[in-house]
Amino acid sequence: MLTVAALPLPELGARLRGDGLLLRTGPFVNCVRTDVASLAAGIAAMYADYPVEAPGGFVDFHLNLRRPRGLRQWLRPQVAFDQDGLAPFQPLPVAQAYPMLEWLLNWCVSQRAHGYLLIHAAVLERHGRAVILPAPPGSGKSTLCAALVGHGWRLLSDEMTLVRPADGLVAPLPRPVSLKNASIGVIRAAFPDAVLSPSVEGTSKGTIAYLRAPRASIARAAEPASPAHIVFPRYEAGAATRLEPVPKARAFMQVADNSFNYPALGRQGFDTLARLVDACGCHTFRYSDLGEALARFDRLAREGA
Amino acid sequence: MSGDRMPLLVQVLRAPHAVQALDLPGWSLLLRQAERADMQATLLALLEDADLLETVPDAPRTHLEWIRTGATRHAQAVRNEVRQILRALDGLDLPVILLKGAAYAMAGLEAGRGRRFSDIDILVPKASLPAVESALMQNGWATTHHDAYDQRYYREWMHELPPMEHVLRGNVIDVHHAILPETAALHPDPAKLRAAAVPIDAPDAAPGGMRLAILAPHDMVLHSAVHLFSEGEFHHGLRDLFDVHRLLGQFGPAPGFWDGLVPRARELDLGRPLFYALRHAMRVFGTPVPAQVVRTVASCGPGPLRTALMDTLFGRALRPPHPDCMDALSGPALGLLYVRGNWLRMPPLLLVQHLFRKALISPRKPL
Repeated sequence: MLTVAALPLPELGARLRGDGLLLRTGPFVNCVRTDVASLAAGIAAMYADYPVEAPGGFVDFHLNLRRPRGLRQWLRPQVAFDQDGLAPFQPLPVAQAYPMLEWLLNWCVSQRAHGYLLIHAAVLERHGRAVILPAPPGSGKSTLCAALVGHGWRLLSDEMTLVRPADGLVAPLPRPVSLKNASIGVIRAAFPDAVLSPSVEGTSKGTIAYLRAPRASIARAAEPASPAHIVFPRYEAGAATRLEPVPKARAFMQVADNSFNYPALGRQGFDTLARLVDACGCHTFRYSDLGEALARFDRLAREGA
Repeated sequence: MSGDRMPLLVQVLRAPHAVQALDLPGWSLLLRQAERADMQATLLALLEDADLLETVPDAPRTHLEWIRTGATRHAQAVRNEVRQILRALDGLDLPVILLKGAAYAMAGLEAGRGRRFSDIDILVPKASLPAVESALMQNGWATTHHDAYDQRYYREWMHELPPMEHVLRGNVIDVHHAILPETAALHPDPAKLRAAAVPIDAPDAAPGGMRLAILAPHDMVLHSAVHLFSEGEFHHGLRDLFDVHRLLGQFGPAPGFWDGLVPRARELDLGRPLFYALRHAMRVFGTPVPAQVVRTVASCGPGPLRTALMDTLFGRALRPPHPDCMDALSGPALGLLYVRGNWLRMPPLLLVQHLFRKALISPRKPL
């Protein structure tokens, strides 16, 4: 199987500038086209272990990221996104091209992939048990996710949990883990071997860097996982590590609030979410010490729902 | 790219069996063209009607199932919204006449199968506008244009209230009292449209006393035509022309439909838009129109030079809005049609004032 790492850099650049790089992420094939050199470098670094599909197949999502022409390209270079001529977003400074690609890959899934109940949540697996971490931004979800990945958990997704209505299993979509602001330093310090992208400052979410997904997680991207726990994490400076049960009805509503397409799925969304919440232990989790948090999660992975 | 080659989406809309020849990149292209034309759910409905769904390869089939989820939800939301509108207007003692997409959907017409739309359009007598507006406001709809000039623009010159959005559901209703602006050159009499309207069943659980209606078949075709060929913007051009095609396909076989179409168009001052609609539906979709009707409606069309010019412009505007279907003239053609749309909307002096105001005085929306 061809991977991004197996493509010589000039060939990678030529595909990105030409008909597109057919990058497989989990169940999806993305056709990425760009003339932004830094973006090609970012893809080479962060997606080295991902499969590249041969031309002639079906493409799920088309992403075109270009530097707009005109005077501005010399003064304040930008990167603009379009899909088949439609540009739903404002251009961003070219330095933010890589985070923009990551946001767009999420956006494509959240807009269209209604074959799954899509939850805004990290999801990781150990001992055959998947733990779902739904949380609004600022709750420390990605930090915890990155730490669990560094600690040997399988990454299914940092951003988007894909629940299959047919069997209730979670389909993996392992991609780089986004780290914001202080958590970049926290993860660097805790896991000196972790591969992080360069930090990008001044994005709408502050300073942002990405942790490369582990090769083993990418290799198992076709292998679904059985959900066992839903944990709503909350980082609080100085807080003692505490895992507490949440009533299922409340957990249901909170997950629905964190879903991209719960309303769009109608009855099927309700049934899928009810089955998920029924099958899982539901908890809130407060923490400040990452080491204690990891130990608690290891215990959780040994316990059933 | 090639301007004369028939776009893939159009080939499939004309003859759904064309999908059997598609390879996987062909399917990718078809779905992308359909998405840009806002016709993905229409494509799904056509494939289903032609029993072709089972022949679709797995990957595009998966996308079609994603589309089905959205389409099912859309259909549900429309029924619910119409029910809410009827509840809000209950007691006003007037029939609520649905227009365009909502009419096709609620009347169960072919043209409604897979047809997406974002707003619900209704037609009411002009004298009832204040009552309708206040009833909607009391039930959670609020106006969307707060600029004093925009309010005047709609209320004085247009054929509808400023669009109203429901504060909780976010759905938008356009309340019309006519089908063309007050300031337009053509004046189809709304009283004639209302008088010919046809009652349809209201959705379950709507208030019993409310009368729901749609335009009569001739008027529905004419409204579809005038809407498409008087507008300045064409991102839904292909979709709206397909409405005309499907309406004609469904109403055509009814006795008297073809004989009465051109006379009704003349009566409503809508001969010209009908001429364009028939001409381009025949050209793009091969719509069967009796030769006698083609001959009669020709007298409503412009001269040969102008017809040729308009063919060039509409020919480009009525393709899927996908980069693969555009050529060097697409941009200028759409630009000229935009100017034409405004030209038809207002007399020249008012138009100049309006464009001046919009360009230089009205506050810009923050990006």
